[in-house]
Amino acid sequence: MTELSYWNKGEQVSVREAFGRILVHEAGQREDWVLLDADVAGGTGAKPLVGAHPGRVMQFGIAEQNMMAAAAGVADTGLIPVVSTFAAFGCMRAHEQFRTAVAYAERNVKLCCSHHGLDVGPDGATAQMLEDFATMRAIPGVTVISPADANEFMKAFTAVLDHKGPVYLRIGRSATRVVYGADHEFKIGKADRLRDGKDVTIVATGVMVARALDAAETLKGEGIDARVVNLATIKPIDVAEMVAAARETGGIVTAEDHNTMAGMGSAVAECLAEHAPARMRFVGVKDRFGKSGEHDELPAMFETDAAAIANACRSLLK
Amino acid sequence: MRNDLNEMARQIRVTSLKAIHAARSGHPGGSLSIADMLAVLYFDVMNVDPAKPDDVTRDRLVLSKGHACPALYAALAHKGYFPVAEAETLRRIDSIMEGHPDFRIPGVDAPSGSLGMGLSQGLGMAMGAKHQGLPFRTHVIVGDGDMQEGNTWEAIMSAGFKELDNLVVIYDGNKLQGDAPVETQLSLGDVAQKVAAFGWHTVAIDGHDTAAIHKALMEAKNTKGKPTFIVADTVKGKGVSFMEGVLYWHGSVTMKDAELSDALKELEAA
Repeated sequence: MTELSYWNKGEQVSVREAFGRILVHEAGQREDWVLLDADVAGGTGAKPLVGAHPGRVMQFGIAEQNMMAAAAGVADTGLIPVVSTFAAFGCMRAHEQFRTAVAYAERNVKLCCSHHGLDVGPDGATAQMLEDFATMRAIPGVTVISPADANEFMKAFTAVLDHKGPVYLRIGRSATRVVYGADHEFKIGKADRLRDGKDVTIVATGVMVARALDAAETLKGEGIDARVVNLATIKPIDVAEMVAAARETGGIVTAEDHNTMAGMGSAVAECLAEHAPARMRFVGVKDRFGKSGEHDELPAMFETDAAAIANACRSLLK
Repeated sequence: MRNDLNEMARQIRVTSLKAIHAARSGHPGGSLSIADMLAVLYFDVMNVDPAKPDDVTRDRLVLSKGHACPALYAALAHKGYFPVAEAETLRRIDSIMEGHPDFRIPGVDAPSGSLGMGLSQGLGMAMGAKHQGLPFRTHVIVGDGDMQEGNTWEAIMSAGFKELDNLVVIYDGNKLQGDAPVETQLSLGDVAQKVAAFGWHTVAIDGHDTAAIHKALMEAKNTKGKPTFIVADTVKGKGVSFMEGVLYWHGSVTMKDAELSDALKELEAA
């Protein structure tokens, strides 16, 4: 049995590379799952599995509606289908198949999608799914997870295989700074306080977590003590950690690579409006489509970079 | 072949109509058109045990045309999954007999009601069986509306390409859809020819002849290397003269007491 190797903190690693690595590792660990692909294993990062364990892959060609409803049928035979495609296809084109054939029947399907957010980069607006949190979290009983880096992704994937029920798991495409070491303990539904602080809380998810840590460092130089919470599980949301942030700090800034409408920030706002109303600012894509550009150029243009997060914190504390 | 399949089909029709009448809504036409194929499947061909509805090795039936579920619930009830009286609690707030198939109902193998998703679910079951070496067979009943959904054709492409000989479709071609005849909405012409072009074995039968349905299912079982598509020529509303071929009875209709009793009289005399 080969030992799973993690990346070092500070390295720049694409989360999809972690997807390929953990798939090959888990294929050696257990026989109870199969990968369902729609001719995009190269894009999602699943390709190493195709080479190492071709018998674990069910290929559907470019027909995602069929793949998603078929996943429900595969689950009915006792296997765990790991469905992998781009977010626009998995979370929107085949959304109704996921809702009715998978989620309504409580089938144990794991939907893992790459190509969401501005993180997609040059492929541009049609590939940059900015609505996946919205479409997936609105379906009853679905767990929604967006890991911060490659190491957290691998731990999340194993936890997802062990979890019973439908899950949506985001896979990042572009190189992202590793913020977690091999010792990180990932638990579905548990938010992780990466940095404590008393003035303001930045609740970030996915690629925005590293940027939130950078923003907190900038703010520290200005005498602002910012807490950073990684909200990797968007649904079910960690109510206790959100309430603590609202009660113990001066307000909440959410940061997500997603439309600010109906996404992670909205989930936090729904939670706090009921349990501990707080002042809030929302960093994300402001109800518009993305565009082509490098993944490290677009955040400045769309105000989703560390500077935008720091600005939102300053604005909140004014 | 059992010799009481016509009687089982008659009982399915009776229970379906009683349930739709009690619910004051539901789809009688398409329920009556599939009664004979359900009778053959549940009372002769399929290897299922009402005591073990979740047995992973059981044969499967996916009713893709989910609006015809009164007939499915009736078949399951007469098979012994739950009391016949429970099948007649269709669509009630205090019942699990949902207006379209809900997998929580014992014996229901897949949710449906949104057309076009059933064949893919059956395909996934057939693929899961092949992957694990499980010998069960998967049957899918599709209607005219299913055949107009793109998702169905994705599944037809895939099943033919994958040579899934453990998968069989029965196409309930009853020629009427929600608003109008298929002929005016979106006719596919020769369906068998189109499906055969994707690598399927096809058989055309009278969908109300239980012996012919049985023979076609046996032929499907003996066909290796190809999934089978049975084109069943059917009559919407079959078995009740004033419903046969009448669009009004597609649904979702409120059936008057007199209409139920006239229908039951015909079915009792049959």
